[in-house]
Amino acid sequence: MTDAPLIQANGLTRYYGAHIGCLDVDLEVHEGEVLAIVGESGSGKSTLLSLLSTQLPPTRGEVSYRTRDGVSRDLLSLPEAERRFLFRTDWGFVHQDARAGLRMGVSAGGNVGERLMAVGWRHYGRIRDEATDWLARVEIKAERIDDSPKTFSGGMRQRLQIAKNMVTRPRLVFMDEPTGGLDVSVQARLLDLIRGLVSDYGLAAIVVTHDLAVARLLSHRIMVMRNGRVIETGLTDQVLDDPQEAYTQLLVSSILQS
Amino acid sequence: MSSAPVYNFAYLDEQTKRMIRRAILKAIAVPGYQVPFASREMPMPYGWGTGGVQLTASILGAGDVLKVIDQGADDTTNAVSIRKFFEKTAGVETTSLTGDATIIQTRHRIPEEPLTADQILVYQVPIPEPLRFLEPRETETRQMHALQDYGLMHVKLYEDISRHGHIATTYAYPVKVEARYVMDPSPIPKFDNPKMDMCSALQLFGAGREQRIYALPPYTQVTSLDFEDHPFERTKFEKPCGLCGATGVYLDEIVTDDQGGRLFVCSDTDYCEGRRGHETDGGVL
Ligand SMILES: Nc1ncnc2c1ncn2[C@@H]1O[C@H](COP(=O)(O)OP(=O)(O)OP(=O)(O)O)[C@@H](O)[C@H]1O
Ligand SMILES: [Mg+2]
Repeated sequence: MTDAPLIQANGLTRYYGAHIGCLDVDLEVHEGEVLAIVGESGSGKSTLLSLLSTQLPPTRGEVSYRTRDGVSRDLLSLPEAERRFLFRTDWGFVHQDARAGLRMGVSAGGNVGERLMAVGWRHYGRIRDEATDWLARVEIKAERIDDSPKTFSGGMRQRLQIAKNMVTRPRLVFMDEPTGGLDVSVQARLLDLIRGLVSDYGLAAIVVTHDLAVARLLSHRIMVMRNGRVIETGLTDQVLDDPQEAYTQLLVSSILQS
Repeated sequence: MSSAPVYNFAYLDEQTKRMIRRAILKAIAVPGYQVPFASREMPMPYGWGTGGVQLTASILGAGDVLKVIDQGADDTTNAVSIRKFFEKTAGVETTSLTGDATIIQTRHRIPEEPLTADQILVYQVPIPEPLRFLEPRETETRQMHALQDYGLMHVKLYEDISRHGHIATTYAYPVKVEARYVMDPSPIPKFDNPKMDMCSALQLFGAGREQRIYALPPYTQVTSLDFEDHPFERTKFEKPCGLCGATGVYLDEIVTDDQGGRLFVCSDTDYCEGRRGHETDGGVL
């Protein structure tokens, strides 16, 4: 670990026409660190995640990322080929809707193997072994390797999506409501799995969630958003136990009530 | 036939031919790259090889000898009508003999007789984009070609093996051209893929409906995609041709009588007849 942040954003802003998506966001995430972005619906969490992962161009602001060679690079001026390479090697992106992150017409093994093939693996047997290995790590039985994700439950799809992302050992994973829409027991198992991967692989992660319990369980630090702005940020336990902003207090108390 | 309409030589006007020739030159300069062109209405429906017909019309000269094949045969409706079309609109000589032809327009096959440097093979292509079935967005496939982002092609082959134990794609088997562009060779059998590699003849591909032209200049390296542990394999036939006895050629199964009798014979009818040593009439038997 070095002192320089893995990913860093300054003044990140995005307008949708005259409407604010997110405004003047500064953040840093270091290697191995998990940052939760919380806030109510429409507060700009997904917008921010799309900006950080360069899937959406900002109206203004900067994002830089420290690549494996140790150099911090301006993501917005990165050539498309390098950006794609980053996306399929050093980064992962876990969507709330697994269908957006998986190829539903391709087998589980093919889904996990895709990144390997994209970075040049050309040995079927080795791709398959690696896929089998990763399926096991996300608790999917090896015998399901040739099945379509269409035949998988919501929780399994989500675990498959994680395996698909993890196979190239990314250093940074973006997650947008990774446990959203799942049953509580399924959620718990998935959170355990994510926690395990984060600690085993020293992953950094930026996790968007409106569920403060998820933030509590997964993250070291938390950012609270409202109307596109960051209104409070700090260590997760501190912010959740002793929120300073009135709005955060409301968020915390409403979660306690429900 | 004095009242017959007067066509420009080979039907297309000279402006259009020049536009298509420019696209051809560009395609030759960047082997395997799909060059867009403004496809013209032809007096035949799409699916009848309008892309190939426009290519042929643009390169045809009065001294050319044209051969047209469909599934390896010269006498199918599609082949006959295209041949007649150019007999009528260009008055060129036509032939079914591969060796006599200077331009061969084809659908589904590459002739068995090796092509020479003074010949041009024109393919009729239905779907030029090899990534289409994996990625339907045209903007994205264009990016993928530009960035050589071809992992998905191997995902398709991976799926083949996981499902069938081997690469089950037998037609339109994808190739890489000069280690750069991934290309759809049109629906020829994979048996013909090795014939494209280092071929002496110029190979032109035309997709009318999709408005794309691509090319393999003579002596271009063409490699069929595969895995190290599942290498590309050419289709092998157990028996020789039931008519001419040829081996190492592509065979079609035909029904010989109403008792269910079957025979494997050369799909390239001209080649088969040549070996049997009589004048070809383009017929199957
Ligand atoms: N493509 C778009 N066009 C116009 N406005 C948009 C677009 N995407 C988001 N917005 C607006 O930007 C604001 C932030 O949206 P965003 O999706 O980032 O919120 P969110 O915090 O992820 O919400 P949720 O919890 O519902 O997913 C909202 O007001 C939203 O309506
Ligand atoms: Mg959202």
